[in-house]
Amino acid sequence: MEWFVFALGTLVVLLGAFGVVTRTNPVHAAVSLVGTFFGIAVLFIAQDAEFLAAMQVIVYAGAIVVLFLFVIMLLGVDGEEDLAVDPLPGQRPAGALVGAVLAVGLAVVVLVGAVTGARSVTAELDADVANPVAIGRVLFTDHLWAFEITSLLLIIAVVGAVALARHRPDAQVDDDLPGDALAADGPDADDAPASEDVTP
Amino acid sequence: MLASAPPAEAYLILSAVLFAAGGVGVLLRRNALVMFMCLELMLNAVNLAFVTYARELDDLGGQIAVFFVLVVAAAEVVVGLGIIVSIFRRRRGATADDLSLLKG
Amino acid sequence: MNDLLFLIPALPLAGFVFLFLFGRRVGEPGAGWLATLAVGGSFAVVVATWLDLLSKPAAERALTQKVFTWLPVGGFQVDLGFLADPLSVTMLLFVTGIATLIHLYAIGYMHGDPNFSKFFVYLNLFVFSMIMLVLGDNLLVTFLGWEGVGACSYLLISFWFGDERNASAGKKAFVANRVGDCGFLVAIFFTFGALGTVKYGEIIAQSPALATTTATAIIGALFIGACGKSAQLPLYVWLPDAMAGPTPVSALIHAATMVTAGIYVLTRMNPVIAVASPWIGTTIAVVGALTALFAATIAVAQNDIKKVLAYSTISQLGYMFLAVGSGAYIAAIFHMVTHAFFKALLFLGSGSVIHGMHDEQDMRRMGALRKVMPITTATFLVGWLAIAGVPPFSGFFSKDEILLLAWEKSPVLWAVGLVTALLTAFYMSRQIFLVFFGEKRWDRPLAEAAPDLAAEREAAGATSGHGVGPEGEIHPHESTWLMTLPLLALAPFAFAAGWINAPFWDKTKFLTHWLEPVVHLGEVHSTASSGMKVGLGAVATAVGLLGIAIAVIVYLKGRRDLAARIEAPVLANGWYYDSSLSAFMGGPGRKVFDAVAAFDAKVIDGAVNGVATLVRESSAQGRKTQTGHVRNYALGITIGVIVVVGLLLSKAVYA
Repeated sequence: MEWFVFALGTLVVLLGAFGVVTRTNPVHAAVSLVGTFFGIAVLFIAQDAEFLAAMQVIVYAGAIVVLFLFVIMLLGVDGEEDLAVDPLPGQRPAGALVGAVLAVGLAVVVLVGAVTGARSVTAELDADVANPVAIGRVLFTDHLWAFEITSLLLIIAVVGAVALARHRPDAQVDDDLPGDALAADGPDADDAPASEDVTP
Repeated sequence: MLASAPPAEAYLILSAVLFAAGGVGVLLRRNALVMFMCLELMLNAVNLAFVTYARELDDLGGQIAVFFVLVVAAAEVVVGLGIIVSIFRRRRGATADDLSLLKG
Repeated sequence: MNDLLFLIPALPLAGFVFLFLFGRRVGEPGAGWLATLAVGGSFAVVVATWLDLLSKPAAERALTQKVFTWLPVGGFQVDLGFLADPLSVTMLLFVTGIATLIHLYAIGYMHGDPNFSKFFVYLNLFVFSMIMLVLGDNLLVTFLGWEGVGACSYLLISFWFGDERNASAGKKAFVANRVGDCGFLVAIFFTFGALGTVKYGEIIAQSPALATTTATAIIGALFIGACGKSAQLPLYVWLPDAMAGPTPVSALIHAATMVTAGIYVLTRMNPVIAVASPWIGTTIAVVGALTALFAATIAVAQNDIKKVLAYSTISQLGYMFLAVGSGAYIAAIFHMVTHAFFKALLFLGSGSVIHGMHDEQDMRRMGALRKVMPITTATFLVGWLAIAGVPPFSGFFSKDEILLLAWEKSPVLWAVGLVTALLTAFYMSRQIFLVFFGEKRWDRPLAEAAPDLAAEREAAGATSGHGVGPEGEIHPHESTWLMTLPLLALAPFAFAAGWINAPFWDKTKFLTHWLEPVVHLGEVHSTASSGMKVGLGAVATAVGLLGIAIAVIVYLKGRRDLAARIEAPVLANGWYYDSSLSAFMGGPGRKVFDAVAAFDAKVIDGAVNGVATLVRESSAQGRKTQTGHVRNYALGITIGVIVVVGLLLSKAVYA
């Protein structure tokens, strides 16, 4: 039974990953990403991590991808990207090679080295206790400090994002060549709308 | 019926493949948002590995780790998208290749 | 008295520092008086030291003072110390004494010069350096003074550096001295290498233990240094050109003090000469004799009043080296003392003449000056008779002693010395007759009075400036008391200084007894009978009078034809030695220099710059990894990850 779930989950994950990497339209890529997230959630459930599966769906698929789509909508970057050529020389073959080596290497590591590690350092997976309860027990006792800090981190992230992305009345960001952006960012520069086009 | 459950190695190999795919995507895609999405792929691969280990070693610590990865990834996406918004606000194409001011 | 030795150099040094800082503000003539007082004070301390030494028994006549430890380097310790023994006190007496008189003279001579105070700054620095040279108790302090006088000589010769010839003369002096300084340095190295010390007392004490070859090497190297500083044959070329400096400079440096430094050092190291091979002494004597003759022949044909005296100085220094080479150190010092007096007198006198003739230095424009400049004439005559070796003037006694010991060394050397004495008397008398006697050539315009000189000047394009007087009439006058007083002070010494070592009785040989403790290891004493001494003395006197007589015939009686034959161009041009040296240095010499310079520029600088270029080029290549594109950087990171994974894998498999 689990094999079937595993196969299904793997299929969905890999299809989604393939989609993210190869779809030119960012919106399509985002939807593929959602697929991947669902696949991962399924695999989590297959491995007795129910709470995490729920969190995965809620946080990743429900919030993060939505955020992505909002940004796509805001920036209007749903234009197509030409995947046929890569402007940086040598990047494509190098990237492909690197990816292949990485995959093979990690696989070899997995197959050669047995899964090692100390067993049950934190707590046992007890089938009798519900997963959220078990996680909650550990989280609020042993890892309380980390928990509180991450909450602080979230607040900082939100404030930071607001600070970064807010609309500045005297905004100096311009839409011409990147080289000119530096000149325009000086203290004595006003908005300097460019007269040149963006070159891809 | 097949054996009771797929061995941990299977999940781990899947995680490795997913990780590599995400890596390739980061290296080869130019659109900043798509690069970010590929980054999420890599994080998910890691999460999968953690959960696999949690089951293998009968240890809840792996799942706690995933919990934190999830939270921090969320924060990271928030800030990262804020940066992308502030950089690419007025540009027509959000290409990572345009940001090469550090060229030495 | 030991503790006050430092005052001797300290007073001129203080004068130098004060005038350096405030001289311009003090101005003329205060700067001059201050400088004179500084040197005069130093002279007073020297006299006090001398009296102190006199009060001691002969064996203990040495005062020492250590000011501070200069170079404490492991086993090698050099102090800045002073040694006042008979030799150094003798030299200091005439150095500081004559220096004081010359400072006084210079106040008058440099009157009106815009750089009046600067002159005295340099003069005081010079006196300080000379004192350090003489008073030092080890070779390094002497070398300090040696270099110092060389530098001051450069500064003073090119004092009027607006005219390029003066600046070149200063450079020439410095460079020629430098060649000699190499020799001196090598001698110091040898001494230290052989004996482990450079202190005179210890060198003298250990000298018997020196190997012959080492001693010869040391003396050879020192002699090269002495040739440079004391203008002997290969390296004399700077001295005639050095007459471009003001006359007080010529008098002080190039007659009385600096040029005697070489002889002083050799006399100091006489125990080492005593254990060296005999051929080095012979070489020194031969070089000295040849130089004496060579310079005397050139002096015969010179027309510039100061150039005659310059070549005369070289010639007299040759005599002193002849004495040193023959082992007659006392004779050398004796001649040094008398020469200091009469040569300074002659130079100052010539300065007075030049001043009175409104900067005219060519003797063909002078004549019958005895009527308008009586004091200068009288004192100049005293100097003339002294240098010509006419008894009872001082020069006779000192020259005679040298000739005596030269005879005992080798009759050939004696003959050379004798011929030189003839020439000396001749050219000095020529100078006297041309300048002070005969007919006036200055009361008419130049073209009338001295047509050959006028033609020469027109050809050379020299219209005015240093050494070239007015074209029209000149009205010479006697000089101020500031200039005549030193002349009057020096004249008695030039007359009577011979009596400090009169040869007749042992009791009158003051200088011999005085210097005995210093030179006893190396001194060669005369073994001639008194009959031989009297005979040689008579011959020397006769030769001197003969020289004067020939000059009377040629110049006083107006035998122009003989004069033209004697003053041959080859002599006037110094046997073309200087010009051939310049041609060699300009031609082949220059090629060698250029080659060395090119080597330095290309190989050595090339290596250094090459390193820089290498770094720059490699970093330019390295810069290309910084593309500015994030994706390239991500690629790099990923490759790093793979490497780490590989490492872990290998550890897992093989560890």
